[in-house]
Amino acid sequence: MIVEILISIFLLLGSGLSLLGSFGILRFPDVYGRLHSATKSATLGVIGILTGTFIYFIAVQGVFAGKILLGILFVFLTAPLAGFMISRTAYRMNVKISDRTVQDDLKKYRENTPEK
Amino acid sequence: MQFQILVNIVIAFIWMFLQNEFSVVQFMFGYIVGLGMLFFLRRFLRYEFYFRKVVAIFKLIFLFIYKLILANIDVIKVIIKPKLDIEPGIIAVPTVLKTDWEKTLLANLISLTPGTLTMDFSEDGQTLFIHALNVPDKEAAVREIHDSFEKAILEVTE
Repeated sequence: MIVEILISIFLLLGSGLSLLGSFGILRFPDVYGRLHSATKSATLGVIGILTGTFIYFIAVQGVFAGKILLGILFVFLTAPLAGFMISRTAYRMNVKISDRTVQDDLKKYRENTPEK
Repeated sequence: MQFQILVNIVIAFIWMFLQNEFSVVQFMFGYIVGLGMLFFLRRFLRYEFYFRKVVAIFKLIFLFIYKLILANIDVIKVIIKPKLDIEPGIIAVPTVLKTDWEKTLLANLISLTPGTLTMDFSEDGQTLFIHALNVPDKEAAVREIHDSFEKAILEVTE
């Protein structure tokens, strides 16, 4: 009974975070803001769902599903890399940054150092 | 450091042989006994007691999980607010970390906590450019990264 409640909490938390992440993608003004919710809230959502699945398998079925733990590890490894590459490429392709932006240190830096 | 781990494993094997029982449980028990011996003899070791680093790694992981949850709540608050009042910005964060390994770890940890995203490195690799969702105070944001993640990483690697 307690296990079922625990699993439900993890699954609901995971799906709720994924939903909020999708809202974030729609609401933020520029590509960089959208990346925040695409790579982060969604990541934690996936991890929540995977944790719920892991608990289900070990508590109800009695199977130690190591693949799920590996899945969590790989999501943790790949999500920040994807965010880094997309934002870096976007900035170098001169994708417009939102008007709300209060400061831009990278622009100053790139103006002062010649391109190689 | 590697030598200490080796000694520890040898002690665990000796324990297993003395018990005349070859199981994972006995090995673990022997490992813990060896750890205790190394801990009490730590004054005579040439290098530092290695378990301190293991503790530092766990500290880093817990710090990261704590920050992850805290920052997620912040970002969710921003998303569900009817009016979007954010002040995004790209800030330059200088770092004292030296090896590529440490810098990669720092960049990844910053990227994984919501609200901050590593965007680029400077040519010499000593400055990270971070896109933050909400930077009312630049100095505070830089200081926070220095005090939390950078300090914890330094504790693990030095």
